[in-house]
Amino acid sequence: MRLPLLATLAFGLAAPALAGGWDDTVAAARGQTVYWNAWGGDERTNDFIAWASGALQTQYGVTINHVKLSDTAEAVTRVIAEKAAGQAEDGSVDLIWINGANFLSMKEQGLLHGPFLQNLPNARYLDLSEGSAAVVDFTIPTEGYESPWRLAKFVLTRDSARVAEPPRSMAALLDWAKANPGRFTHPAVTNFMGSTFLKQALIELAPDPSVLQAEATDEAFSAATEPLWTWYDALRPNLWREGVTFPENESVLQQMLNDGEVDFAMAFDPAAAAAAVERGLLPETVRSYAPEAGSIGNISFVAIPFNAAHKEGAMVVANFLLDPAVQARAQDITVLGSYSVLDPAKLDAAAKAAFDALPDSPALPSNEALGPTLGEPHPSWMTRLAEDWARRYTE
Amino acid sequence: MTAPEGRLLRLLVLGAVAGGLVLPILAGLWETARAAFGHLPAIGADGLSLDPWRRLFDLPGFGTSLTLTLWTGFASTALALVLAVGLAAAMYDRAGFRGGARLLAPFLATPHAALAIGLAFLIAPSGWISRLLSPWATGWDLPPDLATVNDPAGLALILGLLVKEVPFFLLVILAALSQLPVRRHLEAGRALGYGHGVVWIKVIGPQLYPLIRLPVYVVLSFALSIVDMAIVLGPSNPPVLAVAVTRWFLAAETTLILPASAAALLQSAVVAGGIGLWWAAERALARIGRVWIRRGGRGVSAEPGLVAAGAAVTGLMALGAGALMALAVWSVAWRWSYPRALPESWSLAAWGRSAAGWGTAVESTVIIGVATTALALILAVAWLEGEDRDHLPRATWAEALIYLPLLVPQIAFLYGLHVVFLKAGIGGGIGAVIWAHALFVFPYVMIALSDPWRALDPAYIRAAAALGAGPVRRLFAVKLPILLRPLLTAAAIGFAVSVAQYLPTLFMGAGRVATLTTEAVTLSSGSDRRVTGVYAVLQAALPFLAYLAALGVPAILHRHRAGLSGGAA
Amino acid sequence: MLKSVSIQAENGAEPLFSPLSLAVAPGSVTTIVGPSGIGKSTLMEFIGGHLPRGFRASGDVILDGRNVTRLPAEARRIGILFQDAALFPHLSVGDNLAFGLAAHVRGRAARTAAVAMALDQAGLPGFAARDPATLSGGQRARVALMRTLLAEPCALLLDEPFAKLDPALREELRRFVFDHVRDRDIPVLMVTHDAADAEAAGGPVVSL
Repeated sequence: MRLPLLATLAFGLAAPALAGGWDDTVAAARGQTVYWNAWGGDERTNDFIAWASGALQTQYGVTINHVKLSDTAEAVTRVIAEKAAGQAEDGSVDLIWINGANFLSMKEQGLLHGPFLQNLPNARYLDLSEGSAAVVDFTIPTEGYESPWRLAKFVLTRDSARVAEPPRSMAALLDWAKANPGRFTHPAVTNFMGSTFLKQALIELAPDPSVLQAEATDEAFSAATEPLWTWYDALRPNLWREGVTFPENESVLQQMLNDGEVDFAMAFDPAAAAAAVERGLLPETVRSYAPEAGSIGNISFVAIPFNAAHKEGAMVVANFLLDPAVQARAQDITVLGSYSVLDPAKLDAAAKAAFDALPDSPALPSNEALGPTLGEPHPSWMTRLAEDWARRYTE
Repeated sequence: MTAPEGRLLRLLVLGAVAGGLVLPILAGLWETARAAFGHLPAIGADGLSLDPWRRLFDLPGFGTSLTLTLWTGFASTALALVLAVGLAAAMYDRAGFRGGARLLAPFLATPHAALAIGLAFLIAPSGWISRLLSPWATGWDLPPDLATVNDPAGLALILGLLVKEVPFFLLVILAALSQLPVRRHLEAGRALGYGHGVVWIKVIGPQLYPLIRLPVYVVLSFALSIVDMAIVLGPSNPPVLAVAVTRWFLAAETTLILPASAAALLQSAVVAGGIGLWWAAERALARIGRVWIRRGGRGVSAEPGLVAAGAAVTGLMALGAGALMALAVWSVAWRWSYPRALPESWSLAAWGRSAAGWGTAVESTVIIGVATTALALILAVAWLEGEDRDHLPRATWAEALIYLPLLVPQIAFLYGLHVVFLKAGIGGGIGAVIWAHALFVFPYVMIALSDPWRALDPAYIRAAAALGAGPVRRLFAVKLPILLRPLLTAAAIGFAVSVAQYLPTLFMGAGRVATLTTEAVTLSSGSDRRVTGVYAVLQAALPFLAYLAALGVPAILHRHRAGLSGGAA
Repeated sequence: MLKSVSIQAENGAEPLFSPLSLAVAPGSVTTIVGPSGIGKSTLMEFIGGHLPRGFRASGDVILDGRNVTRLPAEARRIGILFQDAALFPHLSVGDNLAFGLAAHVRGRAARTAAVAMALDQAGLPGFAARDPATLSGGQRARVALMRTLLAEPCALLLDEPFAKLDPALREELRRFVFDHVRDRDIPVLMVTHDAADAEAAGGPVVSL
């Protein structure tokens, strides 16, 4: 791979820790506190990060300080503020849970440290071949500037006590909404989940979904989105509050499902609903499912800002998150319920057994019910979708 | 008697205020302004351009956001003022009113975010009120699709602001009324044949207003630029301007920082213009009012209005209490589904599970609150003592400087201030957060302390001086002990203000400093109302404990001192 | 001794009263009388060093040959007895007296004894622990006088000291105050609008 090297030169970022071996990195990391900026709206994730901090402390003498964000972009803004102030080292952000547009924007602005993925010993469990989901973030090659940590896949969640037979396509959803006005909505499109819902619909409705893999042009955009807007114009008056206002994010939407204000929620995590039932946050009758034609899937990554104060510690954390035992724990429905990012073909027998022994839940969809995984469109589609939606539907 | 020490003392405080409070704000505004005109090299934007402004005006929903901001800001402030004055007029003579007003302390102490979260649950279509009435009264088995929160007109936001602002106005009005000969004027007015309510409008009101003008402006500025409460209760598509600005600052698309900066400057202009507009309205009303007074009409009875104001305030306070109670109930619930009036299962899991999290948050909240309050209190005492020592007049221009942080919207300078702090090498730590909190705590401590301080009977000080006590002994042996109660009340208010700070903690702490408020707002974007309940209960409890201490400590220390028991608070 | 003292309100064109010079002999009480509003209390404030903002004054206050006009109040050693006593509400009766007691009386025992003796003289033995707010008007005035005298002033100002007392008490207290101040052999200046006060004081009377 020549590209990462070029990128390094272009951004003029030296990476002294990479010169030595992994042992040097581990030695330098000892005693460091890694400020991990990660969305803090999910208690399970918060608890998982707290657990990871304890385990890392024991194994590597590295502590995680979880900086809880209400939006990933907060951390991006912070790094930009530091760059604006000329703070090229000792930055306040060591590690960011990131993907998609935030990643692209930080990479384009030269705000990331790396490439570092290939230096992590546990990267050997990943499918690193070109185009594999583990090295592509929203069609953008990660080029070693990000390390994967959890798998996300779009699912809809319904309360089976109220919706016996769910609509399994966007067209069927429109029919259902017309028959049950005010009982469906999606998070605000400024939010990641809200725009993902629009992208899911776009992939299903676009005349030629293959154009979505390339950067959007004006022409391609208007051609591909025309059926989407027709569909949405028909859907919107039947949404909750007639589509005038929207919940802030998917967590608020999940709460509305629990309160009975709507009959559907959506998540980027097939196990979210099962875990919520476990925690008393949803009734036991909820079920998750994916649209028939498959659903958008992507991998969540961690990245290190160019001016991170504790780069070695951050790499130790990234490596730790790829450990098969850690990934198996993350997939445990009672812990985090987040699917593994590792390539099953590269795991040894002991690791495979750990995955097989995980508990099950009725709210957890089977692999068949999840259907095929659809690739994320190029980030420019998401940006344009959000802008165009705002122009059309903001009064 | 012309010892320069008083002047020196006040110069020192003024220097601290200018260097510590005003300069950082100006520097922050300057950084924001540079970005607003297209200069932010960090994202490759260079040089002067009006492009950010063009982009701002083109952003969808910009006009609606602006209108919404003005409507919610003006409506909530005007309504809160009318209700508070109305209640004061209706209840002033009643026994126990002043004591009753103390009961408002919890609402004053509860941070906006916590109250908003509780209120949202109370009034939502699936909220507590709806649950209590369903299905037996309403026939609803499922919550109706009604816009009772996040409504496009911002009515829920206005309601939330009212619950916070009416108690604030009431306390300010009570403090101001104690400086006026209310009873005498009431008697005089009624002897001339004017009704009780009319005397309030024609005689007391015009004397009262100049005394509370500044707090009114502060509330107006606050209402025009509120973020946390507007996120929870306000409309979302589009939101009020301040929320939109915050969203743009934090958007994934980094170039949005430029129009966001422009919008942040615009937010300052909105506040400045809003205060100007209010001032003009004041003038016009005063002119009309004088003509009306000269006509001498004994007029219609204002009593029904007073009764209505009393009822409205009672309703508001009931909503506030319900909101706090809803949070407390949620924090010990396990499952609570619609339409049950109470949870079907209870659990302390939310308290136990998040104990590690809220433990740290409580710790840093207390450390920051205590440090900030102590700093502000020392500055305020030094300022007022300087005034006393040199018999200096109240310097109105200097006071205006003190209140600057309350009048300039936070969002307009916090991003720039963060950059300034980083350049100075002091960003991202607890020190920076304490400093930023002090900007907002000091003015409130000054508001709370200066009136009781200036009202202290000068005979005590003269007696002490005549007995040979020098200025230091007069301060520590006479003034501070006699003023213990107002001092502690000011400290409690300062502490509550510090606990409630959201944006300053978020920006200055670089997210590393987690307080109850930042955690509560973050968690309120999550799905677990029970954990949010834990944080919000704690967030409301801490300042409340501070108020209790402010009432309790002097009561115990001065239990054998009848001359202080009625002391000004 | 006062030398051509004149006081003027900052916004007033005329001085409050025509320039005043007078000397008060130690051990005697000079009384200043005049209609209310003429500036009697302001004159006292000037002499004591408490002139409030908003007044301009000229002239000198000479005490035992020292010109004290520019000194701060606490350095003048001029005691004042206010009409409302001004006992500190946060201190007990005994602590109020101890606050006044001159600093050269050292040692806890000596100071406690001095306070107890002053209370005895005031006819209030055993009142040391009392809250000043529980005292009657006459008791308060007596404590205030003792507090003032314990500070060992070089001169004493009495600002309508009996105005707030009922007539019977007034008579008794006049005797108490004047007996005590004559013992001290210090100059005393009193302002009053009650002719009986001036008569009881038995010294020169100056009309403003």
